[in-house]
Amino acid sequence: MIRFDGVTKQFPDGTVAVDDLSLTAPTGKITVLVGPSGCGKTTSLRMVNRMIEPTRGAIVIDGQDTARMDQAQLRRGIGYVIQHAGLFPHRTVLDNIGTVPRLLGWDRARTRERSRELLERVGLDARLADRYPTQLSGGQQQRVGVARALAADPPIMLMDEPFSAVDPIVRDQLQDEFLRLQDELDKTIVFVTHDIDEAIKLGDQVAVLRVGGSLAQVAEPAYLLAHPADDFVADFVGRDRGYRSLQFQPSPRLPLRSERTVVLGERPGEAGSAWLLVVDEHRHPVGWVEPGRVGDRPVEDADLHRGGTLARADGTLRGALDAALSSPSRRGVVVDDSGALIGTVLAHEVLSAIEDTDRPERDERDPVRGGAVDVAGEQA
Amino acid sequence: MIASLLSWFTDAETWAGESGIGNRLLEHLWYTLATMVVAMVLAVPAGLWVGHTGHARWLVTVANSLRAVPTLGLLLAASLWLRTLPGDLAYVVPSIAVLALLAIPPVLAGTYGGIEAVDPAARDAAYGVGMRGRQVLWQVEVPNALPLILSGVRSAVLQVVATATIAAIVGLGGLGRFIIDGLALSDYAQAGGGALLVAVLALALEGLLALVQRRLVSPGLSGRPVGGSRKDDEDAPREEPGESTVDLRTPA
Repeated sequence: MIRFDGVTKQFPDGTVAVDDLSLTAPTGKITVLVGPSGCGKTTSLRMVNRMIEPTRGAIVIDGQDTARMDQAQLRRGIGYVIQHAGLFPHRTVLDNIGTVPRLLGWDRARTRERSRELLERVGLDARLADRYPTQLSGGQQQRVGVARALAADPPIMLMDEPFSAVDPIVRDQLQDEFLRLQDELDKTIVFVTHDIDEAIKLGDQVAVLRVGGSLAQVAEPAYLLAHPADDFVADFVGRDRGYRSLQFQPSPRLPLRSERTVVLGERPGEAGSAWLLVVDEHRHPVGWVEPGRVGDRPVEDADLHRGGTLARADGTLRGALDAALSSPSRRGVVVDDSGALIGTVLAHEVLSAIEDTDRPERDERDPVRGGAVDVAGEQA
Repeated sequence: MIASLLSWFTDAETWAGESGIGNRLLEHLWYTLATMVVAMVLAVPAGLWVGHTGHARWLVTVANSLRAVPTLGLLLAASLWLRTLPGDLAYVVPSIAVLALLAIPPVLAGTYGGIEAVDPAARDAAYGVGMRGRQVLWQVEVPNALPLILSGVRSAVLQVVATATIAAIVGLGGLGRFIIDGLALSDYAQAGGGALLVAVLALALEGLLALVQRRLVSPGLSGRPVGGSRKDDEDAPREEPGESTVDLRTPA
């Protein structure tokens, strides 16, 4: 657990970057610091590993005041990932990953073995081991950056906008893999971003900071979307927060209807409705066709309308609603874990399911911290 | 002219003894080496310190202004001032000192500039993973600054080799002897031959240092291929089911 205890940072020129910040990042959870530029989120992060020293207040990790710890030792025990990866250009991918183990005095063989293991863990090809950073794409560099931070298996990770410099598709993929990795590793993570969508997607708990470095609100994402503490937070979490909050609502059992399908490459047969769902040989949906246009010939790839998204049966209400809204036939396609078709659902059916769900209860006593992750069970 | 040059080079006398090409070449190399050792011992640590700490950047400016000092005048003044030194030292010390003064600015600027130009993200990461100041310097800053440090050294070596000819003016050896003596005796074949030798020596040393640089600098910095093509396995979006929804479109 990382505790910010009344932390203030004033720079020599008089600017107050962080103002009396008190916040707890619970063990094994992702705490996201989010806010506009100038809100002191990066400064707050960098005070944890003492890249920046606080002016007042203390940062306490598992009961130990970081100000009393040796700087280099402290940092070796904390994984650190930064925006442009900050890989060492003169070292190979493998040597970059092995940096901290080497600093900790591991021998060469053990370091290399561990580095190879991590290369695989972050989803990189073993053939990249002997490449140099300039030979990698931005996304690959960022993965190496994460692997380097994980190399000595630190209990804490600090991540400063690690995914903001890569393109949106790669970013989305890196975020998904990051969550999957965190599922296995259970690190205590402090994550900085300016992107509220990223904050809500990744955070177990989101702390919104305002310009001048004070805490506007800290809460679990669903709570934050449901009960912004003030206008600033409401503005910052954005307009479609009602829709986005569906992402935290697991789908109840939706009334699925069975859907007539045709296998790609076969004839549609008699037209029952204006749209017919096309599947592959494993019953994985691939798109929709208009049987009237195909006529009596086999369905080809070129006939497919691919506009619809797929919802997982055990996914969220947002996924189900989006599947219905995006489907050309207005029937949202629902699949099982393996991606095989289960049935379809209509938008109004998803909406009535939404009407039946509860919103997170508002904590009237403490609007700013009411929705924060409960850390009472942990030792201070 | 070419014929007389050729006959100078082919004359056995030209190569023989203490005043032969072989010996003069060794003397010239020795002056160059001694100068570079002195210059690097002073300029490299100073450049590393200024670059690493960001203190005393004025040192680099001052050193650069030294380039404006007329070498020949300084050499004569230094020789007068140091003429009481015993034996050959009375000539060697002022010569090396003046040549070193010429070599310091490029080495200092290259070293400082190299450290200064290290990617700030890499430096930040180096401290962030828990390297101490010295480890950052030797494990990250110096290896990354090496191309610029070495290019400073190379340009210093070129200047020193060319300028070491003036040591002959105060009575020392080296390839400058041929030029000074040739000019004094109106033996233009000898003067031209000496000049040609200096040029060839400069090119040879430059080639040698280029090889050294190739060996010392990490392929990650020089951009030389190290097997495998670049970026061939770009992050192609994978077809894993996402959190809740998956596009029906197959990613391009």
